[in-house]
Order: sequence, then structure tokens, then C-alpha cells
Amino acid sequence: MTEEYRFHLAIGSRFENIELVQVVLRDCLERLGMEEDTRHWVDVAVREALANAIKHGNEQNPSKQVHVDLAVEGSELVIQVEDEGVGFDPTHLNDPLAPENLLRPNGRGIFYMKSFMDDITYGSGPGGGTKVTLRKRVPGPKTDSSQEISGEE
Amino acid sequence: MDVNKRQVGDVTILDLKGKITIGSGDVQLRNAVQEVINGGATKVLINMFAVSTIDSSGIGELVSGYTTATNRGAKLKLFNLPSKVTDILTITQLITVFDVYDSEGEAVQSFA
Repeated sequence: MTEEYRFHLAIGSRFENIELVQVVLRDCLERLGMEEDTRHWVDVAVREALANAIKHGNEQNPSKQVHVDLAVEGSELVIQVEDEGVGFDPTHLNDPLAPENLLRPNGRGIFYMKSFMDDITYGSGPGGGTKVTLRKRVPGPKTDSSQEISGEE
Repeated sequence: MDVNKRQVGDVTILDLKGKITIGSGDVQLRNAVQEVINGGATKVLINMFAVSTIDSSGIGELVSGYTTATNRGAKLKLFNLPSKVTDILTITQLITVFDVYDSEGEAVQSFA
């Protein structure tokens, strides 16, 4: 597959930095011709991935970074969010829809991501942190220009 | 997120505006609900009309608010849900937990 569009961002582990990624992401999704509803749900899913990386992965240590990579591969948007934590085992997750979990205040972040993206997978980055990959079909890129954006707060 | 508190008879209404997301709106929602419950409110409505985004932390705070209210003998209900908030509550099946109303009038009347 050919990559027509990509960016990389690195943010410090503070929740307010999620908004920074959202600004760049929204611009990208709009340029890709994604309809408003789909943009909203991708935005929500990525927000969850970032929140997990900051809260659980990097434990809100502002000296640790969260790396965000976005690329369009053919007709698929691929977003990777990687933290600098100690890794995560996604096989032991509670079902947030189970009656005994319905009134729990937490445990819905990954469920959100699975609900709003076409596919999510978990792996490890080179430093042993958690890398989550989110995929969503797109209607097709509006541009074939390649673009690199780097940012650090 | 902005929270405006007002009173309609014996019903306390919280008008929310903006994002209910981790690190900002979620904390404000928690504090607002705790404040009115601690202040003795037993009939609480949350107006979701101007909520633009709610993440899983925001949903968690809604659930916590509901649980806190119920445990203290109060009722917490929602009204004026934007379609995307309705979608979230439906996907998470929390639409079966909360009492949800289309309008403020209906919501206030439900306590009568």
C-alpha cells in the first residue's frame, strides 16, 4: 500500500495536550473528506487512546511522551498511539456491558475505541510501552501530497 | 466545560456546556453533582443540550453521579440529550439505567 498522508506528534503526558492532537487530527480528517459523524467518532476513539496512554501508560509523568502517528494506507486511516510505560495486557479486560459492570465508573475506554473504529490492535513499542493501532476506512484521500508534522510541547 | 446551577421549584437543574472529558469537564461534573447532593438536593436534572463531546471519563462521572444520588436517596435524571450523547448512552447500554427526557418540562414533571 502507498502512504499518501502522514504525520507524527509527540506530546507530554498531560491531559490538556489531548486537545493539541485533536486540532491536528480534525484538520487531517477533514482534508481526507471524512464525513462529520465519522470524524466525531474517530476523534472520540483517539481521545480515549491518548487518555489511556497518559493516565495508565505514562502515569501522568509529564517527562514521558506519547507518540502519535497517523497515516493513510490505501483506503485506510491508521493511527498509532504509543506511550513510554511498562506495557499492558489487553487480554484481561472486564466487559463494560456485563450487568455487574454497568455502573462501574471506569473501564469503557477500550470499548469506546472498539465501537468507533473498524479495528484496534495492541502491541509493544521499541521501549516496551504500549502501542495501540486504530484503523478506519476512509472515502479516499483528497490529496496525494505527503506531509510531515512534528511537535513537542 | 461550564456548569450553571438553577432551581425550578424543588428541582435542581445543572446546565452543562462544552466537553465532558478527562482532566477538565469530568472533574467539574463530579464537583457540581457532589455539591448539590451534599447541599440536600433530592431532585436533580442534568441538561445535556450544549454538551459537545463526552468521553469515557465523562460517562464515568455521570454514572458516579447517578450512584451517589441514588445512595443518598436522591434522583438524578437527564434531559435534552444531543444525538451523539444518546448514541454513547445507547452503545454503553446506560440508556437503560438513566431516566432520560426530551424536554425540561417533561423532566421536571417526572418528579411530580
